[in-house]
This record gives sequence, structure tokens and C-alpha cells, in this order.
Amino acid sequence: MSEEQPHSPWQEDIFNVLKQGNIRQVAYVPDAGHAHVIRRVHAEPSMRGIVLTTEEEGVAVASGAWLGGERAALLMQSSGVGNCINMMSLLQSCRFPFLSLVTMRGEYAEFNPWQVPMSKATQGSMELMGITVLRAERADEVEDIVSAALDAAFEGGEQVAVLLSQSLIGRKKWIRN
Amino acid sequence: MTVRNTAAATIDRRAFVRDLLTKCPDALVVTGLGSPTYDVFAAGDRDKNFYLWGAMGGAALVGLGLALAQPDKFVVVVTGDGEQLMGIGGIATINAQKPKNLTIVVLDNGHFGETGMQYSHTSHGTSLAAVARACGIENAYEVHDASEVAKVVDGVHKRNGVNFAQIFIKADDLPRALPSRDGVYVKNRFREALGFAPL
Repeated sequence: MSEEQPHSPWQEDIFNVLKQGNIRQVAYVPDAGHAHVIRRVHAEPSMRGIVLTTEEEGVAVASGAWLGGERAALLMQSSGVGNCINMMSLLQSCRFPFLSLVTMRGEYAEFNPWQVPMSKATQGSMELMGITVLRAERADEVEDIVSAALDAAFEGGEQVAVLLSQSLIGRKKWIRN
Repeated sequence: MTVRNTAAATIDRRAFVRDLLTKCPDALVVTGLGSPTYDVFAAGDRDKNFYLWGAMGGAALVGLGLALAQPDKFVVVVTGDGEQLMGIGGIATINAQKPKNLTIVVLDNGHFGETGMQYSHTSHGTSLAAVARACGIENAYEVHDASEVAKVVDGVHKRNGVNFAQIFIKADDLPRALPSRDGVYVKNRFREALGFAPL
């Protein structure tokens, strides 16, 4: 990184957990809440950032990575979870370890009502597809919860998502000064 | 409705796939659901085959994750036009990564073969090879004759970037050849062949 971008400590915590957890492939559809981790991943030679056109691609990429002996993670925002549903069959049919970090929209001081329907369905739809859903509300618990999810996925063989509360990210500024 | 004359195609899918895989004995192979899965199994079951029976649109992307994880191996995805059309954006995702060891072979009969042979978009003028080129994949080409299998085999082993081969196959309805549907078994067998233990 040539220029240090503003970020919260919990975002650096996520990057460190992923790196220390030997995550090699980080597939993502961008979100402001993931921007720091995405920048760090692209600057880290041992990791590869994989930009997706739609989130379900990341489910397939993560499965292929595991077939080839590597660990992957999928970063997305809550609206992207709906795009993944059928592809998540791959995770259950083959019992692939799976780790996803989901930044929530549509639940805290949301300005854009179009974010709300998928937000309300995010946890339930993943649970319907057999995914264990954890949630981090406070900055000081993010590191522990992401680390626990990573171990559950790659040591326990589970499919796990961590929802990162919109309150962690804060209010989105809609009016430019 | 003007559609492509798929009756002009001459390539027998089973023979082409058998020829291709015989000439790529060390390749790691991922198959797209439906007939491509049957074609690859009919060519001979191998531990290094990963058969998809679902996850439509995901075959080439499973291949991407695998190719990035195993840069010293050759990865071949064998899929169909309908499956690749569902994952059409994935072609851009693959191009953004530019793995040197990934070949995508689309067996294109212009139809959705598993569901009653409805015309697919490639019968209506969409060229997947042109889509791949427009996504930035330079080695994207059409194959109209079985003798051109050598070009695909060469591409698999050349390590010159992603290869994308659109194979114009006859729209035959062949007997199904069914590999294991147990994804956990196929996954663990594949990983074991690469030296990875199950959990």
C-alpha cells in the first residue's frame, strides 16, 4: 500500500485472521466495509484477491480452491447472499469447508430501502441452505468471531458465514459536501 | 425465429472428449452438469475428475479456484453451452486472474440437452468464443472439426494463459453414462489423488 487509507481496527483484525489462517484466495464483490481487507489482500503476495461479477461465483471458486488444497474466503454484502443460494448446493453436496464474511446493509440507519428486503432474508436464507451463521455486533468481538468461524470451516469442515453488523460500519454518508 | 444450423456440426462429443482426455492424461478435469459430465465419465473414470451434477454456472469457476491452487498442474474444464451461459460473467472473472494453466472446453450443441433440447442462446447468435475474447481471453477460438483436437491439447499444455475452446458438436441425444453422484466421495477421491487427506 502506497497510501494508508482510513480504516477501523476491526478491519485490520479480519485481514490478520485470514492471513494467519492460511487463507490464500479471497473472492469478493466489493463493499465499503470490506474495502480495507480487499486492499490488504491485493498487497499481500501470499494471498490472491479475486474480484467477481456475482457472488455465487465465489462459492464455486472457494470449492475449487479446496479441491486443490487451498483455503478461500468469500467477502460480500448482504444483498449478495441471495445471488448465492443455488450455488450453495455445491457446499452441501460435497461438504466443502466454506467461510464467508458478510457486511450487513438494510438494518441500521439505512437510507436506501432497496437494501432492506434482502437484509431481512440474509440470515434465514443462508440457514435454509445449511450454513452456520454467526454475527459480530461490536468491534472488539470481530476478531474472535471471525477466527472461530475460520476454525469451524477449515478444521471442522463446516460452512460458516459471519454477519458484520451495519452498526460496525456506521452511517453511510449520502450527501457529498 | 432464425436459428443456427446445428445440423451442420460434425463433431461427435463422446469421441472428441475421449480423444482430448487421452491426450491430456495428467490433467485435472472439472465437468459441467449434464452431458459433459457423462462424456467425461464415458471416456474413462479417473480420480482426477471432479464431476458436477448441479451448481449450474459454476464449472469454470471451480476450475479457476483449482487452477490457482495448483499452478503446476493443468486444469481442464469440460462443460456445455447452457452451463457456461449461466456463468457467463465468470469468464470475465477468470480473465481478471489470468491463470496460465486453465483450459475451458465448451461442448456447444446450441441446445439445453438435459431438459428437452430447447434452443440455447448460442443457437440465437451468441458466440461464446467471441464473448471470451471480448472478456480479454486472447486464446479463445471455435473448433469445427475433430482433427482440431490437437490445437486444444496444445493449449492445455502450453501455459500461455487461459484457453477457451468452443467445440461445435452434433446435437445427438446419447445414452447417459453416469458417474458417482456422491459429491463427498468424488471430492475426497480427487483430493487424495493430489496428496490431500480428508479432514
